[in-house]
Amino acid sequence: MSTQNPNLTYNYKVVRQFAIMTVVWGIVGMALGVLIAAQLVWPSLNLDLPFTHFGRLRPLHTNAVIFGFGGSALFATSYYVVQRTCQTRLISDKLAAFTFWGWTAIIVSAAITLPMGLTSTKEYAELEWPIDIAIAVVWVTYALVFFGTITKRSTPHIYVANWFYGAFILTIAVLHIGNNLALPVSAFKSYSAYAGVTDAMMQWWYGHNAVGFFLTAGFLGMMYYFVPKQAGRPVYSYRLSIVHFWALIATYVWAGGHHLHYSALPDWAQTASMIMSLILLAPSWGGMINGMMTLSGAWHKLRTDPILRFLVVSLSFYGMSTFEGPMMSIKTVNALSHNTDWTVGHVHSGALGWVAMISIGAIYHLIPKLWGLKEMYSTSMINVHFWLATVGTVLYIVAMWVNGIMQGLMWRAVNDDGTLTYSFVESLEASYPGYFVRFLGGVIFLTGMLFMAYNVYMTVRQKEAAAQDNAAVQAA
Amino acid sequence: MSTFWSIWISAIVLGTVFGCWWLLHATRKSQTTDVETDRTVGHSFDGIEEYDNPLPKWWFYLYIATCIFALGYLALYPGLGNYKGLLNWTSANQWEAEIADADEKYGPIYAQYGQTPVEELSKDGDALKIGQRLFANNCAVCHGSAARGQVGFPNLTDDDWLWGGTPEAILETLHNGRMGNMPAKGVMPNMTNEQVDQVVNYVLSFSGREKDAAAAEAGKAVFAQACVACHGPEGKGMQVLGAPNLTDNVWLYGSNYEWIKETVLHGRQNQMPAQSGRLSEDQIQILAAYVYSLSN
Repeated sequence: MSTQNPNLTYNYKVVRQFAIMTVVWGIVGMALGVLIAAQLVWPSLNLDLPFTHFGRLRPLHTNAVIFGFGGSALFATSYYVVQRTCQTRLISDKLAAFTFWGWTAIIVSAAITLPMGLTSTKEYAELEWPIDIAIAVVWVTYALVFFGTITKRSTPHIYVANWFYGAFILTIAVLHIGNNLALPVSAFKSYSAYAGVTDAMMQWWYGHNAVGFFLTAGFLGMMYYFVPKQAGRPVYSYRLSIVHFWALIATYVWAGGHHLHYSALPDWAQTASMIMSLILLAPSWGGMINGMMTLSGAWHKLRTDPILRFLVVSLSFYGMSTFEGPMMSIKTVNALSHNTDWTVGHVHSGALGWVAMISIGAIYHLIPKLWGLKEMYSTSMINVHFWLATVGTVLYIVAMWVNGIMQGLMWRAVNDDGTLTYSFVESLEASYPGYFVRFLGGVIFLTGMLFMAYNVYMTVRQKEAAAQDNAAVQAA
Repeated sequence: MSTFWSIWISAIVLGTVFGCWWLLHATRKSQTTDVETDRTVGHSFDGIEEYDNPLPKWWFYLYIATCIFALGYLALYPGLGNYKGLLNWTSANQWEAEIADADEKYGPIYAQYGQTPVEELSKDGDALKIGQRLFANNCAVCHGSAARGQVGFPNLTDDDWLWGGTPEAILETLHNGRMGNMPAKGVMPNMTNEQVDQVVNYVLSFSGREKDAAAAEAGKAVFAQACVACHGPEGKGMQVLGAPNLTDNVWLYGSNYEWIKETVLHGRQNQMPAQSGRLSEDQIQILAAYVYSLSN
């Protein structure tokens, strides 16, 4: 709608705050990733201290990158996108500020409690019950702000990006509360409300949807705004967005059981999770197609616009990992890939290639707009970042593919008499070169983030932000 | 599961698959054109418009193909509640079939050695090679790949045996496992701290390493009361009970004052898991020969 209210102002303050924290948590989380990757190559880097042990830093790495980096990027972009596409200010500045300070305090508390060894042991849900309650409170507030803003929109329809953000916010609330139900026995210790295989199923229902909703649906919301905006092109197909949205959210919630193939999980649940994971291929690719085809007619812009390059390459990695995922969910493939580094590589082709790259692209798009500037301090530095990120991701994934398939094959290799050819430790020894290449990939990716931090700092320094929440800028 | 849950599961699984299918067809049916045009749906959000383009054909057929595959898979495999699937497949019977295949394929290799006595088998180079591989797969995790053991797990290459090193004893250990149990303070639960110090010194004196000669002397009486039942009057142990010889220089746990004090104060529990049922009789025979060969 071109009829904009000239008195309309947006709440950019909370967006600015989350945008900066995206970069900060990105560097913290990825630096931790590099450290634990180094520990796998040089185990003495554990330092023989409990606080710096791999077992405690690994969950801190995942929490910092998923919830710190990814979470901040989602808050920043969703608050920005919902305001711009609904043509209305956030429903409450106070509640929005509460989500920023609350969420940041939660990540800080993760950074304190996880190295202390306080953990509920559930992957991606390690934080203990008091922090879980805080997450639930902040998240419900987030939902109020987001959906409240949608209800007071001045546009007749709800833009597709907001469908994805909305689905992500709602489902994460259900998943987080469902999986973290527990009986507290002390201030920092609780036991899961579920037992045995039920607990495992709840965990992976949550765990895989941390991927499906937090790391996919949310970021598809991001994609649907920043790709057409940066390319200056209409979205390829509205029809496609309808089908792939509903199909994606309907099938993703089923997929968790594929983490429990050939386990005590009943066979029917394993089968159901496998077929839903396979059906998920087309809805996932629907998002990729819609993003990629939006660029048709604007391909020439890729030559000069490194931000657009980030967005396009992120979609390529998204397409690749959403092909790989359904394939790995097939029982026979899973029998080879399970428990190997292949899984780690798969996660990182999604995490570095898709989630990080699209967030980085979106933040580069956002920062100048939020501070009322024309562009980032240095475009060539964005370009350097782009190449570092791409090379780092490729090194990481390839190293883990090689390691994973090698491990899977070594573990199942048998001698003529049926005994195993290799002991576990031999497969570990053979993994060292791959671990080193992975470490190298991580260092390169992290270096790119440092370029980003400098570039963002120099950009923000150029302009005082105070006067920017005004209509003149927002009409741009 | 009950009929209700079986129906419930079938309904939501099929509902999701057919729901996806319906969504796809319903959206496609309302398409007015099969080709890409410049027509938008008329919305604009912050300047972003959306084309009214059709679903890409190849994508549409990919989607249909995965749905058909899913339905076929659900017909063949268990997925719809209690329905067993046309193939009658379960993960348990897949495992059983693989084990049966392996037994059929590899069984004869082991069977050719199964009836040979351990002592004779321990001189058969081919059997020992298999034995070494079985050891690496099944035993090395505790006893080490060189069978030299580690704290709490005995060295199998020396002449010192907790439960005996005869072929019969080794076979018994492998078949049925062993439970080693040293009770805290032996059979003298009211042992005082001073008496603990004395008896530790006495045990150390077997190898001439006592810290305090007087305490060691006093410990003799404590030992006689608390320890002789298993370790014997001279501390030479008793293989029937798995009680170690305390006079040689072989220690399952540490050999210094602190370690021995810990052992006396809190006792030790140790377990060698039974291999019958995990490994075939023939494999156990070969493994026994391999272990026997390490010290003979």
